[in-house]
Amino acid sequence: MSGFLTAAERAVVAAAVDILIPPLDEHPGGSALGVADYIDNLLGAFTVEPPFIFAGGPFSGRRGGEASFAEFMPLSPHEEIAWRTRIEGSLGRPEREFNGPVRGWQQIYREGIAALGADFTEVPADEQAARLRAARELRTVMYVHACEGAYGAPEYGGNRDLLGWHVIGFPGDSQPRGYTDEEVSGRA
Amino acid sequence: MPECDAVIVGTGPAGATAADVLTSAGWSVVMLEKGRNHLLALDPPYGPLGHVSNDEIKFFQRYFLGPDPFLEPRTYRRDEADGDRLFAGEVNNLPSTVGGGGFHADGKLPRLRAVDFRARSELGPIDDADIVDWPVDYDEMEPYYAEAERLVGVAGLAGANPFAEWRSGPYPMPPGADMFGAVLTTQAAERLGYNPYPAPTGVNSIPYDGRPACNNCGFCGHYGCPIDAKGDPVAPLRNALRTGRCEIRPESIAERILVDGAGRTARGVRYLDIDGNAHEVSARVVVVAGGAWETPRLLLRSEIANSSGLVGRHLMYHFQTFLVGSFPFRLHGHRGRSVTHLHDDHMIVDDDVRSFARDYGLPYFRSGIVEHGGGSGPIMEAMFTPPGVRHTREMLDSKMRDRMWAFTIQGEDLPQVTNRIDLDPNVRDVHGFPAGRATYDVHRHEVVASRYYAPKLDAIMREAGAEWTFAATSPPLEGDRASTRAASRSRHIMGTCRMGDDPRTSVFDGWQRAHDVENLVCTDSSVFPTSTGYGPTLTIVALAIRACRELAGLPPLRSTRIA
Repeated sequence: MSGFLTAAERAVVAAAVDILIPPLDEHPGGSALGVADYIDNLLGAFTVEPPFIFAGGPFSGRRGGEASFAEFMPLSPHEEIAWRTRIEGSLGRPEREFNGPVRGWQQIYREGIAALGADFTEVPADEQAARLRAARELRTVMYVHACEGAYGAPEYGGNRDLLGWHVIGFPGDSQPRGYTDEEVSGRA
Repeated sequence: MPECDAVIVGTGPAGATAADVLTSAGWSVVMLEKGRNHLLALDPPYGPLGHVSNDEIKFFQRYFLGPDPFLEPRTYRRDEADGDRLFAGEVNNLPSTVGGGGFHADGKLPRLRAVDFRARSELGPIDDADIVDWPVDYDEMEPYYAEAERLVGVAGLAGANPFAEWRSGPYPMPPGADMFGAVLTTQAAERLGYNPYPAPTGVNSIPYDGRPACNNCGFCGHYGCPIDAKGDPVAPLRNALRTGRCEIRPESIAERILVDGAGRTARGVRYLDIDGNAHEVSARVVVVAGGAWETPRLLLRSEIANSSGLVGRHLMYHFQTFLVGSFPFRLHGHRGRSVTHLHDDHMIVDDDVRSFARDYGLPYFRSGIVEHGGGSGPIMEAMFTPPGVRHTREMLDSKMRDRMWAFTIQGEDLPQVTNRIDLDPNVRDVHGFPAGRATYDVHRHEVVASRYYAPKLDAIMREAGAEWTFAATSPPLEGDRASTRAASRSRHIMGTCRMGDDPRTSVFDGWQRAHDVENLVCTDSSVFPTSTGYGPTLTIVALAIRACRELAGLPPLRSTRIA
């Protein structure tokens, strides 16, 4: 796996996602679900080809059929502009700045992680939560990514061992098996 | 010699139906689609491409079907007093891809009722709105509705909806499986005197037209179908391709409609390919079918067909009222077709409605179909849940997903001349074209109707067993006005180039030909004179069949009432 974050930055992200999605009862929390891996895959999406943006289809293989989610799809030239801009920022390139400059997630994470402090992984959880609340831009972006990484398809790098789905009672993708009419209409 | 008989801009239900009818009449057509093709192979036998999957990240979080709001931002304001815009980004986005809005819809395909075509005559005017009759009525439309249902493949149960109009025959397929939550809410609605019925749905319940029956995978609304069980608009596109007279050009962005010197005759379309190179396709007829947002944007950019000044005007959505209930047990709303039942009771004007309306200075109001549906995905549920310990506890309980059921009213939105699509003065898309801008505020009609019906939905939801409920609207309201913070999320967009007999008060005539440009035809919901309370797609398809048969010189369809 390539990715974008340094080992130290990944450790901060792992700690931070456990503040956003903390472990509770059988729920393992964001870090154990691999959310840091998910985020690093996204920030480093263009270190692989095709990039880690659109998983393939039609089936994951978990409910029958041939597994194809892990074969990511090539982007169109315009999609590449959009996703590189979102991830890398517009970097002064005219083709990315037709409506003005854009801050990228890489910048938001790198600067936001730095602002959390080098000792972030060592301070108590309530102090971590307070620092994260202060880092509003990072927290907003990271929470969306944490939700995706915890409960999205595992081919994107998160939802480790499908636990994100398992603990909330969600069976995940269902094709090509689908559900019987009885499973749709009945109580069970 | 033109390159083809017709160039069609857009490959959604409107364009696909036009292509099917025109190619069946022997015409050659070229279809321009600005988005990518994920729907079907463009070579025989035109099968699925395998791009579609049960993947919430791809379909909900990453704009897989387009448009990406970074590449194609849209802007929103309520009126001129808000300035040039309140924000830019995602506004009413429908898929921008081969198949258009049909690709992601869960395919609820109801017909309109007779009164919907004659609201002005039968219900009367309302101040500050331009309610008009349609230039066609239900009896004339019936055979086109029947043909549209056969073409797309609609599963439904004739006679189940007491408010439905006459039909010349049964639905092509029986309804699919009732979702468990809908079993609870339809029984509750019946106990309270309402009339729910299986939603007419363009999803196969049995093998049909060479495509398999739906297997209830649950990733329906906002997803494409991985197994080809949705007919709209795969069926008409595949029909058109099989004639050998239809060419689909994906990633081809219509720049402008080309006209002769006087602007009375269209001669083709200029478009950009994926590398930004300009091309022209010449044709005897130009069909615009990009939907009620993109069609006026293209006409305004082309500076044609607008002697009435009404291109872009009378923008309508559906005013959506959501009534959400949480149940003490799991409903598994992730199984099935997203929505399986409707009821029409909330668009019937009775004495109670007139009395309530009078208190707000309205003669009457109508809302719309109520969809009985459930099941957001877990990522959506998670993002609606606050971070921290509450997140984990609430996700384990799944009150917002697996124990949740929702009513959505697609409420009628009155046509107001001040609501419009035009070109944003500053914001651009990636191609350099001005972004489309919505200027939209609600009419008090929609607000009053929502206030009247939300408590009735609440009573049904509680009767069904919900422990707690909440209501919301789209657009969200600030007092009696639309919100400054969020545009309508309705994907039902209508009315921006209304049709009618008078060139001074309409853009297209009753056969959907431009009053100003003799060979320019519009087959999308831009032509709708009113929004009604029904999803627009079946009416788009039926109107397109009617208009394109007339265009190609095919005889009109006729039908007879059965008992």
